[in-house]
Amino acid sequence: MNTESKSKTRQEMAKQLPSDRRSNFDEVALGYSEEEAVAEAKRCLNCKKPLCVEGCPVEVDIPLFIRQIADRNFDAAAHTLKSTNSLPAICGRVCPQETQCEAVCILGKKKDSDPIAIGGLERFVADYEMKKGVVIPAVPESTGRSVAVVGAGPAGLTAAAELVKIGHAVTIFESLHSAGGVLVYGIPEFRLPKAIVAAEVDFIRKLGADISLNSVIGKIDTVDELLDTYDAVFLGTGAGLPSFLGIDGENLNGVYSANEFLTRVNLMKAYLFPDFDTPIKKGSHVIVVGGGNVAMDAARCALRLGADEVTIVYRRGNDELPARAEEVVNAKEEGVRFRLLTNPIRILGNENNWVTGMECINMELCEPDESGRCRPVALPGTEHNIPADITIIAVGTSPNPLVPMTTPGLKTARHGTIRANETGATSKPGVFAGGDIVTGSATVISAMGAGKVAARAIDEYVRRV
Amino acid sequence: MSFTILKKHELVPTIHQMEITAPRVAKKAMPGQFVILRINERGERIPLTIADFDVQAGTITLIFQEIGKTTCQLASLAAGGLIADVTGPLGTPSTIGKFGTVVCVGGGVGIAPIFPIARALLEAGNRVISIIGARSADILFWEERMDAASSELHITTDDGTKGHHGFVTEVVQNLLERGKQGAHSEPGEPDGHNGQIDRVIAIGPPVMMRAVAGVTKPFGVKTVVSLNPIMVDGTGMCGACRVLVGGETKFACVDGPEFDAHEVDFTLLMSRLAMYLPEEKEAIDCKATAELAAGRQ
Repeated sequence: MNTESKSKTRQEMAKQLPSDRRSNFDEVALGYSEEEAVAEAKRCLNCKKPLCVEGCPVEVDIPLFIRQIADRNFDAAAHTLKSTNSLPAICGRVCPQETQCEAVCILGKKKDSDPIAIGGLERFVADYEMKKGVVIPAVPESTGRSVAVVGAGPAGLTAAAELVKIGHAVTIFESLHSAGGVLVYGIPEFRLPKAIVAAEVDFIRKLGADISLNSVIGKIDTVDELLDTYDAVFLGTGAGLPSFLGIDGENLNGVYSANEFLTRVNLMKAYLFPDFDTPIKKGSHVIVVGGGNVAMDAARCALRLGADEVTIVYRRGNDELPARAEEVVNAKEEGVRFRLLTNPIRILGNENNWVTGMECINMELCEPDESGRCRPVALPGTEHNIPADITIIAVGTSPNPLVPMTTPGLKTARHGTIRANETGATSKPGVFAGGDIVTGSATVISAMGAGKVAARAIDEYVRRV
Repeated sequence: MSFTILKKHELVPTIHQMEITAPRVAKKAMPGQFVILRINERGERIPLTIADFDVQAGTITLIFQEIGKTTCQLASLAAGGLIADVTGPLGTPSTIGKFGTVVCVGGGVGIAPIFPIARALLEAGNRVISIIGARSADILFWEERMDAASSELHITTDDGTKGHHGFVTEVVQNLLERGKQGAHSEPGEPDGHNGQIDRVIAIGPPVMMRAVAGVTKPFGVKTVVSLNPIMVDGTGMCGACRVLVGGETKFACVDGPEFDAHEVDFTLLMSRLAMYLPEEKEAIDCKATAELAAGRQ
């Protein structure tokens, strides 16, 4: 194989200019054209032992769909993708490919050479199919078995799709008024347009899954009640409970959890207030505490709402930022300021109970701790105030306790996650779980992987009962 | 799937009663719980306490006052109309037990949520003394229902147009003082009705709840209030509804809405409730503007 003829650099994907995009909610990355996609696909080495597939939690046949793009057989590529991944337009946009499939790409191992843009190509194919009209595959005859899926987020949607494709009857119970979980309430329009989520949810509905919205399991029905009607239950209720810092001033007006801020903006479309009814405080000086993707999303939303200055406050350094590198770059390009090695001490307020700023202290990094990351230590005497009229706390989320609390026999672990084995089986017969409710806050794709694995175990289980 | 409005009428000026078909909510509803509703695709999610529920008919009853854009819009809907989303029952149900004598206080639109609680407490074998209050007689509602759900009913109006001329707190104070004397002078009265007050539950505007808490505290009578802060999801996901209770931050939507009145930071509650007043004004102005525009066409 003559690899020297392959281009070392990947096709750049067009993006909105930072100066334009910082004031609109339209998608930032614009996707590949057909020519760009084919050119990028032609870079693939078609490895005999494709490491990229091993790097993919949902086992997409990556070399095959890329070869089909190179051959301009886009319909076949769509079919290949959809046979293992029911949400390709979503994954193509929000998966951290750089740490998964693309991280192990042989092309990327060579000096000065980029790995193939698997995520960009996945998105291209999914968008192509969506534009053309999605083909709904025939579903086998009913098995007579039924499964209740709790939570219409990435884990639940994936488990549901896998189960209906086998012929089981599936009902998804979603607590909010819209399906998608974090894909609709958390990830902003400019990274993942809600129309894309709606289209992929619609695909799963057309495969035959029922979606029961406004249904809070633990309240409207318990898991035990679901087991009276269904042969098995899959819990994909996510990690929706916001963590706060536990410092003074957190209940001041103008302090948001990132969950609340993003839910108002994304799910409730507060950026379109007053055309939409949900209000949001826009702020002129906004501080976002945290360094993950959620913090980047919140900061970039705040900018787009019209803030003069948005500052990320993060207690570790640039190399420790848990957010995707691409999102950090995007945020910086748009003008988000970073105060790294800075930790909040308390939030300051005025006599009307409104935020006026944040007292912070400088940090330095010492020896790596058990998590492998450098432990930040405060530097006494470096206390300083940063003015702000809005502060957003984006320091993580933990599992919602509603289902564990109302489900006797369901064992939980530290931090409230549900205990499940590698197949997703929990301590309670017939109950399976996957995604953030098991692992704690993680990625969309790992939740999808867990949904897929659990679907196999559920299939085996319901055939036995 | 939308939810159909079965009945709707204006109880008293600006306060409306609405029955909605929601069989799954009705089946599970307990006194003290609430629903989150969203009128249409552009609507906000607002919490409303379940004022009554009928498992057989599969309906829930909501009472609301026109205060913001959403409640004004809700008021404009009629029987046969649709509401896009109703989620519930949410929140921890009211603690219903056999306490002895319980005073149930409902102020203004708070009469609605106190009703199912009073009824459940009466059914549980308590002596229920209810006090319902309003600014004026013409905006007082559900007297008959409250009478049926109580052993004894007191009415107060700020302007004296009906019942006691003054505030609910004055009646609470009287009952507590009577109870204190009664407890000393007639101990061991056979049916236990020696006037002693064992529990107070108050639902109404925050100022009223704070005042009731202030009155009962010196008597050391357990007092419960139901808080109605701003909410978004109603399932513990956003933290918009955080309240300070006994120095600890709680989420009213899942930890409440009922809390120990003597531990609640009402000042914080009131300041957080006022957070979006400018936006509420903007939204209502928009509505007026839209109607004006529609009228011109």
